[in-house]
Amino acid sequence: MIISDQKPFEEIAHSLKASDSIFVVGCGDCATSCATGGEKEVAQLAEKLAASGKTITGTAVIATGCDERLVKRDLKKSSLTPEDAVLVLACGSGVQAVNSVIDNYVVPGLNSLFLGKIKNLSTFDKVCSMCGECVLAKTGNICPVTRCPKHLLNGPCGGSSEGKCEVNRNNDCAWFLIYERLKKLDKLSFLNSYQPPKDNSKNNIRTRFNTERKS
Amino acid sequence: MLYKSRLHKDLLTKKFVVTAELSPPKGVEYNYLLDQAEALSTYVSAFNITDNQRSTMRMSALAICHLLESQGFETIFQITCRDRNILALQSDILGASALGIKNILAITGDYPLSGDHPFAKPVFDIDSVQLVHLLKQVMPGGKDFAGKELKGSPDFIVGVVANHGAQPQEPQLIKLQKKINEGAEFIQTQTIYDIDQFLEFLEEVPPAVPVLGGIFPLKSAKIAHFLNDNVPGVSIPETILRRMENTKDPYKEGIEIAVETIEAIQPECAGVHFMTMGAVDVIAEILKEVSIDK
Repeated sequence: MIISDQKPFEEIAHSLKASDSIFVVGCGDCATSCATGGEKEVAQLAEKLAASGKTITGTAVIATGCDERLVKRDLKKSSLTPEDAVLVLACGSGVQAVNSVIDNYVVPGLNSLFLGKIKNLSTFDKVCSMCGECVLAKTGNICPVTRCPKHLLNGPCGGSSEGKCEVNRNNDCAWFLIYERLKKLDKLSFLNSYQPPKDNSKNNIRTRFNTERKS
Repeated sequence: MLYKSRLHKDLLTKKFVVTAELSPPKGVEYNYLLDQAEALSTYVSAFNITDNQRSTMRMSALAICHLLESQGFETIFQITCRDRNILALQSDILGASALGIKNILAITGDYPLSGDHPFAKPVFDIDSVQLVHLLKQVMPGGKDFAGKELKGSPDFIVGVVANHGAQPQEPQLIKLQKKINEGAEFIQTQTIYDIDQFLEFLEEVPPAVPVLGGIFPLKSAKIAHFLNDNVPGVSIPETILRRMENTKDPYKEGIEIAVETIEAIQPECAGVHFMTMGAVDVIAEILKEVSIDK
Protein backbone atom coordinates (compact mmCIF):
# COMPACT_ATOMS: atom_id res chain seq x y z
CA MET A 1 0.00 0.00 0.00
CA ILE A 2 1.14 3.58 -0.66
CA ILE A 3 1.51 5.39 2.65
CA SER A 4 0.63 9.06 2.58
CA ASP A 5 0.40 12.01 4.91
CA GLN A 6 -1.83 15.06 4.51
CA LYS A 7 -0.04 18.28 3.61
CA PRO A 8 -0.39 21.16 6.10
CA PHE A 9 -3.65 23.05 5.48
CA GLU A 10 -1.66 26.27 4.94
CA GLU A 11 0.21 24.70 2.02
CA ILE A 12 -3.04 23.45 0.45
CA ALA A 13 -4.68 26.84 0.99
CA HIS A 14 -1.69 28.56 -0.60
CA SER A 15 -1.93 26.35 -3.71
CA LEU A 16 -5.64 27.17 -3.95
CA LYS A 17 -5.44 30.89 -3.18
CA ALA A 18 -6.38 31.99 -6.73
CA SER A 19 -9.22 29.46 -7.01
CA ASP A 20 -12.75 30.29 -5.83
CA SER A 21 -14.52 27.01 -6.66
CA ILE A 22 -13.04 23.71 -5.62
CA PHE A 23 -13.85 20.06 -6.25
CA VAL A 24 -12.29 17.57 -3.81
CA VAL A 25 -11.23 14.06 -4.92
CA GLY A 26 -10.30 11.22 -2.56
CA CYS A 27 -9.15 7.63 -2.99
CA GLY A 28 -11.05 4.61 -1.71
CA ASP A 29 -7.96 2.48 -1.54
CA CYS A 30 -4.60 3.40 0.07
CA ALA A 31 -5.50 6.95 1.15
CA THR A 32 -8.63 5.60 2.85
CA SER A 33 -6.58 3.02 4.76
CA CYS A 34 -4.09 5.71 5.78
CA ALA A 35 -6.96 8.00 6.87
CA THR A 36 -5.59 10.74 4.65
CA GLY A 37 -7.98 10.77 1.68
CA GLY A 38 -11.09 8.67 2.39
CA GLU A 39 -14.74 9.79 2.65
CA LYS A 40 -14.16 11.24 6.11
CA GLU A 41 -11.02 13.23 5.29
CA VAL A 42 -12.49 14.51 2.00
CA ALA A 43 -15.56 15.80 3.88
CA GLN A 44 -13.42 17.38 6.61
CA LEU A 45 -11.18 19.20 4.17
CA ALA A 46 -14.15 20.36 2.05
CA GLU A 47 -15.70 21.78 5.20
CA LYS A 48 -12.50 23.54 6.20
CA LEU A 49 -12.10 25.07 2.73
CA ALA A 50 -15.75 26.18 2.75
CA ALA A 51 -15.17 27.81 6.13
CA SER A 52 -12.24 29.72 4.64
CA GLY A 53 -14.56 31.22 2.00
CA LYS A 54 -14.19 28.79 -0.90
CA THR A 55 -17.13 27.33 -2.85
CA ILE A 56 -17.11 23.54 -2.86
CA THR A 57 -18.77 22.35 -6.07
CA GLY A 58 -18.61 18.68 -5.11
CA THR A 59 -16.56 15.73 -3.88
CA ALA A 60 -15.83 12.24 -5.15
CA VAL A 61 -14.00 9.32 -3.58
CA ILE A 62 -12.79 7.10 -6.39
CA ALA A 63 -12.54 3.38 -5.56
CA THR A 64 -8.95 3.23 -6.81
CA GLY A 65 -7.64 6.75 -7.25
CA CYS A 66 -4.67 5.76 -9.43
CA ASP A 67 -6.84 4.02 -12.03
CA GLU A 68 -7.34 6.51 -14.87
CA ARG A 69 -10.39 4.59 -16.17
CA LEU A 70 -12.23 4.87 -12.84
CA VAL A 71 -11.20 8.51 -12.37
CA LYS A 72 -12.48 9.39 -15.85
CA ARG A 73 -15.78 7.50 -15.35
CA ASP A 74 -16.50 8.94 -11.90
CA LEU A 75 -15.55 12.54 -12.68
CA LYS A 76 -17.60 12.49 -15.91
CA LYS A 77 -20.79 11.81 -13.96
CA SER A 78 -19.86 14.19 -11.10
CA SER A 79 -20.72 17.86 -10.55
CA LEU A 80 -17.21 18.97 -11.59
CA THR A 81 -17.21 22.13 -13.72
CA PRO A 82 -14.37 23.30 -16.02
CA GLU A 83 -13.70 26.32 -13.77
CA ASP A 84 -13.07 24.22 -10.64
CA ALA A 85 -9.68 23.69 -9.10
CA VAL A 86 -9.43 19.99 -8.19
CA LEU A 87 -7.85 19.09 -4.87
CA VAL A 88 -6.73 15.44 -4.85
CA LEU A 89 -6.30 13.55 -1.59
CA ALA A 90 -4.43 10.60 -3.07
CA CYS A 91 -0.84 9.54 -3.62
CA GLY A 92 1.28 11.02 -6.41
CA SER A 93 -0.04 8.43 -8.84
CA GLY A 94 -3.61 9.37 -7.94
CA VAL A 95 -2.93 13.08 -8.45
CA GLN A 96 -1.35 12.37 -11.83
CA ALA A 97 -4.16 10.01 -12.84
CA VAL A 98 -6.63 12.87 -12.23
CA ASN A 99 -4.34 15.30 -14.01
CA SER A 100 -4.16 12.97 -17.04
CA VAL A 101 -7.91 12.81 -17.64
CA ILE A 102 -9.15 16.39 -17.05
CA ASP A 103 -8.01 19.86 -18.11
CA ASN A 104 -8.71 21.51 -14.74
CA TYR A 105 -6.09 22.98 -12.42
CA VAL A 106 -5.17 20.04 -10.13
CA VAL A 107 -3.62 20.44 -6.66
CA PRO A 108 -2.08 17.63 -4.56
CA GLY A 109 -3.28 17.43 -0.95
CA LEU A 110 -1.01 14.63 0.29
CA ASN A 111 2.66 13.78 0.50
CA SER A 112 3.38 10.20 -0.67
CA LEU A 113 5.78 8.60 1.81
CA PHE A 114 6.53 5.00 0.85
CA LEU A 115 5.26 1.61 -0.16
CA GLY A 116 4.17 0.22 3.18
CA LYS A 117 3.29 -2.85 5.15
CA ILE A 118 0.36 -2.40 7.54
CA LYS A 119 1.28 -3.13 11.15
CA ASN A 120 -1.99 -1.87 12.60
CA LEU A 121 -4.55 0.84 11.83
CA SER A 122 -2.09 3.63 12.58
CA THR A 123 1.33 2.08 11.99
CA PHE A 124 2.90 1.42 8.61
CA ASP A 125 6.37 0.06 7.93
CA LYS A 126 8.59 0.70 4.94
CA VAL A 127 10.04 -2.69 4.05
CA CYS A 128 10.28 -2.61 0.23
CA SER A 129 11.62 0.10 -2.06
CA MET A 130 10.63 -1.52 -5.35
CA CYS A 131 14.19 -1.75 -6.61
CA GLY A 132 13.27 -3.90 -9.59
CA GLU A 133 15.70 -6.68 -8.68
CA CYS A 134 14.37 -8.46 -5.59
CA VAL A 135 16.96 -9.97 -3.26
CA LEU A 136 14.56 -11.35 -0.62
CA ALA A 137 15.17 -14.98 -1.61
CA LYS A 138 18.71 -14.64 -0.25
CA THR A 139 17.99 -12.55 2.81
CA GLY A 140 15.34 -14.41 4.78
CA ASN A 141 12.68 -12.14 3.26
CA ILE A 142 14.01 -9.05 5.01
CA CYS A 143 15.06 -6.35 2.58
CA PRO A 144 18.52 -4.81 3.16
CA VAL A 145 18.07 -2.50 0.18
CA THR A 146 15.26 -0.78 2.08
CA ARG A 147 15.91 -1.41 5.74
CA CYS A 148 19.68 -0.81 5.78
CA PRO A 149 20.35 2.91 5.19
CA LYS A 150 23.55 1.96 3.37
CA HIS A 151 21.72 -0.67 1.25
CA LEU A 152 24.44 -3.20 2.12
CA LEU A 153 24.16 -6.55 0.33
CA ASN A 154 26.95 -8.53 2.00
CA GLY A 155 26.32 -8.16 5.72
CA PRO A 156 26.15 -5.61 8.52
CA CYS A 157 28.42 -2.58 8.81
CA GLY A 158 30.64 -2.16 11.85
CA GLY A 159 28.13 0.24 13.34
CA SER A 160 25.52 -2.45 13.93
CA SER A 161 25.29 -2.87 17.69
CA GLU A 162 23.16 -5.22 19.77
CA GLY A 163 20.79 -5.54 16.82
CA LYS A 164 20.32 -1.80 16.34
CA CYS A 165 21.19 0.45 13.41
CA GLU A 166 24.12 2.87 13.57
CA VAL A 167 22.17 5.56 11.75
CA ASN A 168 19.12 5.45 14.04
CA ARG A 169 19.41 3.51 17.28
CA ASN A 170 15.62 3.18 17.43
CA ASN A 171 15.67 1.08 14.27
CA ASP A 172 16.58 -2.57 14.05
CA CYS A 173 19.69 -3.39 12.03
CA ALA A 174 18.38 -5.05 8.86
CA TRP A 175 21.33 -7.42 8.82
CA PHE A 176 20.71 -8.43 12.41
CA LEU A 177 17.12 -9.31 11.46
CA ILE A 178 18.36 -11.22 8.40
CA TYR A 179 20.91 -13.09 10.52
CA GLU A 180 18.33 -13.99 13.18
CA ARG A 181 15.79 -15.13 10.61
CA LEU A 182 18.22 -17.30 8.65
CA LYS A 183 19.63 -18.75 11.85
CA LYS A 184 16.13 -19.76 12.92
CA LEU A 185 15.58 -21.41 9.52
CA ASP A 186 18.99 -23.11 9.74
CA LYS A 187 19.95 -21.35 6.52
CA LEU A 188 22.86 -19.16 7.68
CA SER A 189 24.89 -20.59 4.78
CA PHE A 190 22.88 -18.21 2.56
CA LEU A 191 25.11 -15.45 3.93
CA ASN A 192 28.40 -17.02 2.88
CA SER A 193 28.40 -16.19 -0.80
CA TYR A 194 29.48 -12.92 -2.36
CA GLN A 195 26.59 -10.76 -3.52
CA PRO A 196 27.36 -8.56 -6.52
CA PRO A 197 26.27 -4.90 -6.68
CA LYS A 198 22.72 -4.13 -7.71
CA ASP A 199 21.94 -3.29 -11.31
CA ASN A 200 20.55 0.22 -10.94
CA SER A 201 19.39 0.23 -14.55
CA LYS A 202 16.66 -2.24 -13.50
CA ASN A 203 14.76 0.52 -11.81
CA ASN A 204 16.08 4.03 -12.27
CA ILE A 205 14.95 4.67 -15.82
CA ARG A 206 11.82 2.51 -16.00
CA THR A 207 8.65 4.60 -16.31
CA ARG A 208 6.23 2.07 -17.76
CA PHE A 209 5.49 -1.62 -17.31
CA ASN A 210 3.31 -3.45 -19.78
CA THR A 211 2.24 -6.97 -18.80
CA GLU A 212 1.64 -7.92 -22.43
CA ARG A 213 4.94 -6.69 -23.78
CA LYS A 214 6.92 -7.28 -20.55
CA SER A 215 8.92 -4.13 -21.03
CA MET B 1 59.22 -12.79 -3.17
CA LEU B 2 58.55 -9.51 -4.85
CA TYR B 3 57.04 -7.11 -2.34
CA LYS B 4 54.49 -4.68 -3.67
CA SER B 5 55.01 -2.13 -0.90
CA ARG B 6 56.89 -1.51 2.36
CA LEU B 7 53.72 -2.46 4.22
CA HIS B 8 53.48 -5.68 2.20
CA LYS B 9 57.07 -6.55 3.05
CA ASP B 10 56.70 -5.71 6.73
CA LEU B 11 53.54 -7.79 6.98
CA LEU B 12 55.05 -10.79 5.22
CA THR B 13 58.39 -10.70 7.04
CA LYS B 14 56.51 -10.87 10.36
CA LYS B 15 57.93 -7.60 11.57
CA PHE B 16 55.71 -5.98 14.23
CA VAL B 17 53.93 -3.55 11.96
CA VAL B 18 52.78 -0.08 12.98
CA THR B 19 50.36 1.94 10.91
CA ALA B 20 48.99 5.34 11.89
CA GLU B 21 46.06 7.37 10.77
CA LEU B 22 46.53 10.89 9.42
CA SER B 23 43.50 12.99 8.53
CA PRO B 24 43.63 15.33 5.53
CA PRO B 25 43.21 19.01 6.40
CA LYS B 26 39.94 20.88 6.48
CA GLY B 27 41.30 23.49 4.08
CA VAL B 28 44.31 23.63 1.80
CA GLU B 29 47.20 23.88 4.29
CA TYR B 30 48.84 20.48 4.56
CA ASN B 31 52.50 21.02 5.51
CA TYR B 32 51.89 20.01 9.11
CA LEU B 33 50.98 16.51 7.89
CA LEU B 34 54.41 16.16 6.30
CA ASP B 35 55.96 17.15 9.64
CA GLN B 36 53.80 14.61 11.48
CA ALA B 37 54.75 11.89 9.00
CA GLU B 38 58.43 12.80 9.32
CA ALA B 39 58.27 12.59 13.13
CA LEU B 40 56.78 9.09 12.96
CA SER B 41 58.56 7.69 9.92
CA THR B 42 60.99 5.53 11.91
CA TYR B 43 58.11 3.66 13.58
CA VAL B 44 55.43 3.53 10.92
CA SER B 45 55.28 1.22 7.90
CA ALA B 46 52.50 3.18 6.22
CA PHE B 47 50.15 6.05 7.02
CA ASN B 48 46.42 5.53 6.65
CA ILE B 49 44.95 8.62 5.00
CA THR B 50 41.31 8.93 5.95
CA ASP B 51 38.48 9.57 3.49
CA ASN B 52 36.14 12.25 4.86
CA GLN B 53 36.40 10.47 8.18
CA ARG B 54 33.17 10.25 10.20
CA SER B 55 31.48 11.92 7.21
CA THR B 56 33.28 15.20 7.91
CA MET B 57 34.34 17.00 4.74
CA ARG B 58 38.10 17.31 4.32
CA MET B 59 40.67 17.41 1.53
CA SER B 60 40.74 14.39 -0.78
CA ALA B 61 42.63 11.44 0.70
CA LEU B 62 44.05 10.76 -2.76
CA ALA B 63 45.69 14.20 -2.88
CA ILE B 64 47.26 13.78 0.57
CA CYS B 65 48.43 10.25 -0.29
CA HIS B 66 50.20 11.67 -3.33
CA LEU B 67 51.75 14.58 -1.40
CA LEU B 68 53.10 12.20 1.26
CA GLU B 69 54.27 9.58 -1.24
CA SER B 70 56.16 12.25 -3.20
CA GLN B 71 58.11 12.98 0.02
CA GLY B 72 58.93 9.29 0.42
CA PHE B 73 56.25 8.29 2.96
CA GLU B 74 54.21 5.19 2.23
CA THR B 75 50.45 5.57 2.50
CA ILE B 76 47.32 3.48 2.74
CA PHE B 77 44.62 5.17 0.68
CA GLN B 78 41.35 4.76 2.59
CA ILE B 79 38.37 4.49 0.26
CA THR B 80 34.80 4.58 1.49
CA CYS B 81 31.71 3.83 -0.61
CA ARG B 82 29.76 6.75 0.84
CA ASP B 83 30.67 9.59 -1.51
CA ARG B 84 31.34 8.09 -4.93
CA ASN B 85 29.41 5.88 -7.28
CA ILE B 86 31.01 2.96 -9.05
CA LEU B 87 32.38 5.15 -11.86
CA ALA B 88 34.04 7.66 -9.52
CA LEU B 89 35.45 4.91 -7.28
CA GLN B 90 37.11 3.19 -10.22
CA SER B 91 38.45 6.51 -11.57
CA ASP B 92 40.11 7.27 -8.24
CA ILE B 93 41.49 3.73 -7.96
CA LEU B 94 43.11 4.01 -11.41
CA GLY B 95 44.39 7.48 -10.48
CA ALA B 96 45.88 6.17 -7.23
CA SER B 97 47.69 3.44 -9.14
CA ALA B 98 49.11 5.95 -11.63
CA LEU B 99 50.32 8.12 -8.72
CA GLY B 100 52.26 5.18 -7.27
CA ILE B 101 50.05 4.51 -4.27
CA LYS B 102 50.42 0.85 -3.30
CA ASN B 103 47.97 0.17 -0.49
CA ILE B 104 44.22 0.63 -0.14
CA LEU B 105 41.91 0.20 2.83
CA ALA B 106 38.43 -0.66 1.55
CA ILE B 107 35.61 0.56 3.79
CA THR B 108 31.86 0.99 3.49
CA GLY B 109 31.96 4.33 5.34
CA ASP B 110 29.88 6.14 7.94
CA TYR B 111 26.47 7.54 7.07
CA PRO B 112 26.44 11.31 6.31
CA LEU B 113 24.20 12.02 9.34
CA SER B 114 27.20 11.46 11.64
CA GLY B 115 29.24 14.26 10.07
CA ASP B 116 29.25 17.97 9.28
CA HIS B 117 27.18 17.67 6.10
CA PRO B 118 24.17 15.68 7.37
CA PHE B 119 22.16 16.91 4.38
CA ALA B 120 24.50 15.19 1.87
CA LYS B 121 23.25 12.42 -0.41
CA PRO B 122 24.69 9.04 0.64
CA VAL B 123 25.84 6.98 -2.34
CA PHE B 124 26.71 3.42 -1.24
CA ASP B 125 26.55 2.19 -4.84
CA ILE B 126 28.64 -0.78 -3.64
CA ASP B 127 29.71 -2.10 -0.22
CA SER B 128 33.12 -2.93 1.25
CA VAL B 129 32.98 -6.59 0.18
CA GLN B 130 32.19 -5.56 -3.39
CA LEU B 131 35.01 -2.98 -3.25
CA VAL B 132 37.50 -5.68 -2.26
CA HIS B 133 36.10 -7.87 -5.05
CA LEU B 134 36.67 -5.03 -7.53
CA LEU B 135 40.23 -4.39 -6.29
CA LYS B 136 41.39 -8.00 -5.99
CA GLN B 137 39.24 -10.05 -8.37
CA VAL B 138 38.16 -7.73 -11.16
CA MET B 139 40.78 -5.05 -11.82
CA PRO B 140 43.92 -7.23 -11.54
CA GLY B 141 42.43 -9.28 -14.39
CA GLY B 142 42.55 -6.20 -16.57
CA LYS B 143 38.84 -5.46 -16.47
CA ASP B 144 36.59 -2.85 -14.90
CA PHE B 145 33.34 -3.56 -13.06
CA ALA B 146 31.43 -3.46 -16.35
CA GLY B 147 33.76 -6.08 -17.86
CA LYS B 148 35.46 -3.56 -20.14
CA GLU B 149 39.17 -3.93 -20.79
CA LEU B 150 41.68 -1.73 -18.94
CA LYS B 151 44.90 -0.45 -20.46
CA GLY B 152 47.19 -1.65 -17.70
CA SER B 153 45.65 -2.89 -14.49
CA PRO B 154 46.14 -1.79 -10.88
CA ASP B 155 47.55 -4.18 -8.31
CA PHE B 156 47.10 -2.96 -4.74
CA ILE B 157 47.68 -4.42 -1.31
CA VAL B 158 44.14 -4.29 0.04
CA GLY B 159 43.15 -4.10 3.67
CA VAL B 160 39.78 -4.11 5.38
CA VAL B 161 38.39 -3.14 8.75
CA ALA B 162 36.75 -5.25 11.42
CA ASN B 163 34.79 -4.22 14.46
CA HIS B 164 36.03 -7.02 16.69
CA GLY B 165 33.75 -6.06 19.57
CA ALA B 166 30.46 -5.65 17.69
CA GLN B 167 27.68 -7.81 19.10
CA PRO B 168 26.45 -10.23 17.96
CA GLN B 169 29.76 -11.14 16.41
CA GLU B 170 28.76 -13.99 14.09
CA PRO B 171 27.25 -11.83 11.30
CA GLN B 172 30.34 -9.57 11.46
CA LEU B 173 32.62 -12.60 11.15
CA ILE B 174 30.63 -13.97 8.21
CA LYS B 175 31.13 -10.65 6.45
CA LEU B 176 34.83 -10.48 7.36
CA GLN B 177 35.29 -13.98 5.92
CA LYS B 178 33.71 -12.75 2.67
CA LYS B 179 36.22 -9.88 2.53
CA ILE B 180 39.02 -12.40 3.03
CA ASN B 181 37.55 -14.71 0.37
CA GLU B 182 37.56 -11.78 -2.05
CA GLY B 183 41.26 -11.17 -1.38
CA ALA B 184 41.67 -8.89 1.66
CA GLU B 185 45.34 -9.02 2.71
CA PHE B 186 45.28 -7.37 6.10
CA ILE B 187 42.78 -6.28 8.74
CA GLN B 188 42.72 -3.15 10.89
CA THR B 189 40.41 -3.34 13.88
CA GLN B 190 38.34 -1.04 16.02
CA THR B 191 40.18 0.34 19.03
CA ILE B 192 41.06 -2.22 21.73
CA TYR B 193 40.62 -1.81 25.49
CA ASP B 194 39.28 -5.25 26.33
CA ILE B 195 42.28 -7.48 25.59
CA ASP B 196 40.48 -10.80 26.14
CA GLN B 197 37.74 -9.79 23.73
CA PHE B 198 40.36 -8.95 21.09
CA LEU B 199 42.24 -12.23 21.60
CA GLU B 200 38.99 -14.15 21.24
CA PHE B 201 38.35 -12.33 17.97
CA LEU B 202 41.82 -13.25 16.70
CA GLU B 203 41.01 -16.93 17.12
CA GLU B 204 38.22 -16.51 14.56
CA VAL B 205 40.45 -14.92 11.90
CA PRO B 206 42.34 -17.18 9.48
CA PRO B 207 46.00 -17.08 10.64
CA ALA B 208 47.23 -16.21 7.16
CA VAL B 209 45.61 -12.79 7.31
CA PRO B 210 47.58 -10.30 9.43
CA VAL B 211 45.60 -8.28 11.95
CA LEU B 212 46.65 -4.81 13.11
CA GLY B 213 44.95 -4.06 16.41
CA GLY B 214 43.43 -0.60 16.77
CA ILE B 215 44.93 1.69 19.41
CA PHE B 216 43.25 4.93 20.43
CA PRO B 217 45.06 6.31 23.50
CA LEU B 218 42.62 7.64 26.10
CA LYS B 219 43.14 11.25 27.10
CA SER B 220 40.53 11.62 29.83
CA ALA B 221 37.90 9.72 31.80
CA LYS B 222 35.27 11.69 29.89
CA ILE B 223 36.53 10.42 26.55
CA ALA B 224 36.71 6.87 27.93
CA HIS B 225 33.07 7.01 29.04
CA PHE B 226 32.02 8.58 25.75
CA LEU B 227 33.66 5.80 23.72
CA ASN B 228 32.30 3.12 26.03
CA ASP B 229 28.75 4.45 25.86
CA ASN B 230 28.51 5.60 22.25
CA VAL B 231 30.85 3.80 19.90
CA PRO B 232 29.55 0.46 18.59
CA GLY B 233 31.88 -2.39 19.46
CA VAL B 234 33.98 -0.43 21.96
CA SER B 235 33.75 -1.79 25.46
CA ILE B 236 36.14 -0.48 28.08
CA PRO B 237 36.63 -2.70 31.13
CA GLU B 238 35.69 -1.23 34.52
CA THR B 239 39.31 -1.38 35.69
CA ILE B 240 40.41 0.93 32.89
CA LEU B 241 37.51 3.34 33.43
CA ARG B 242 38.46 3.52 37.14
CA ARG B 243 42.13 4.12 36.32
CA MET B 244 41.20 7.02 34.03
CA GLU B 245 38.88 8.46 36.67
CA ASN B 246 41.32 8.20 39.56
CA THR B 247 44.55 9.30 37.95
CA LYS B 248 46.06 12.77 38.45
CA ASP B 249 47.62 12.63 34.98
CA PRO B 250 45.10 11.17 32.53
CA TYR B 251 47.35 11.76 29.50
CA LYS B 252 50.12 9.66 31.08
CA GLU B 253 47.63 7.04 32.27
CA GLY B 254 46.25 6.77 28.72
CA ILE B 255 49.76 6.17 27.42
CA GLU B 256 50.38 3.49 30.06
CA ILE B 257 47.14 1.72 29.17
CA ALA B 258 48.07 1.80 25.47
CA VAL B 259 51.55 0.44 26.23
CA GLU B 260 50.09 -2.40 28.33
CA THR B 261 47.55 -3.19 25.61
CA ILE B 262 50.18 -3.33 22.88
CA GLU B 263 52.49 -5.51 24.97
CA ALA B 264 49.62 -7.89 25.74
CA ILE B 265 48.46 -8.31 22.16
CA GLN B 266 51.77 -8.15 20.30
CA PRO B 267 52.67 -11.86 20.59
CA GLU B 268 49.32 -12.74 19.01
CA CYS B 269 48.86 -10.24 16.17
CA ALA B 270 50.79 -8.69 13.28
CA GLY B 271 50.93 -5.18 14.65
CA VAL B 272 48.98 -2.14 15.69
CA HIS B 273 47.09 0.65 13.99
CA PHE B 274 47.02 4.03 15.74
CA MET B 275 44.01 6.31 15.57
CA THR B 276 44.76 9.56 17.41
CA MET B 277 42.53 12.19 15.78
CA GLY B 278 45.47 14.41 14.89
CA ALA B 279 47.37 14.06 18.19
CA VAL B 280 50.18 12.05 16.64
CA ASP B 281 52.90 12.98 19.18
CA VAL B 282 51.45 10.44 21.57
CA ILE B 283 52.29 7.62 19.13
CA ALA B 284 56.06 8.10 19.52
CA GLU B 285 55.65 8.48 23.29
CA ILE B 286 53.84 5.13 23.43
CA LEU B 287 56.17 3.27 21.09
CA LYS B 288 59.25 4.42 23.05
CA GLU B 289 57.82 2.61 26.07
CA VAL B 290 56.78 -0.61 24.33
CA SER B 291 59.02 -3.62 24.27
CA ILE B 292 58.42 -5.76 21.22
CA ASP B 293 59.52 -9.37 21.07
CA LYS B 294 59.68 -9.55 17.28
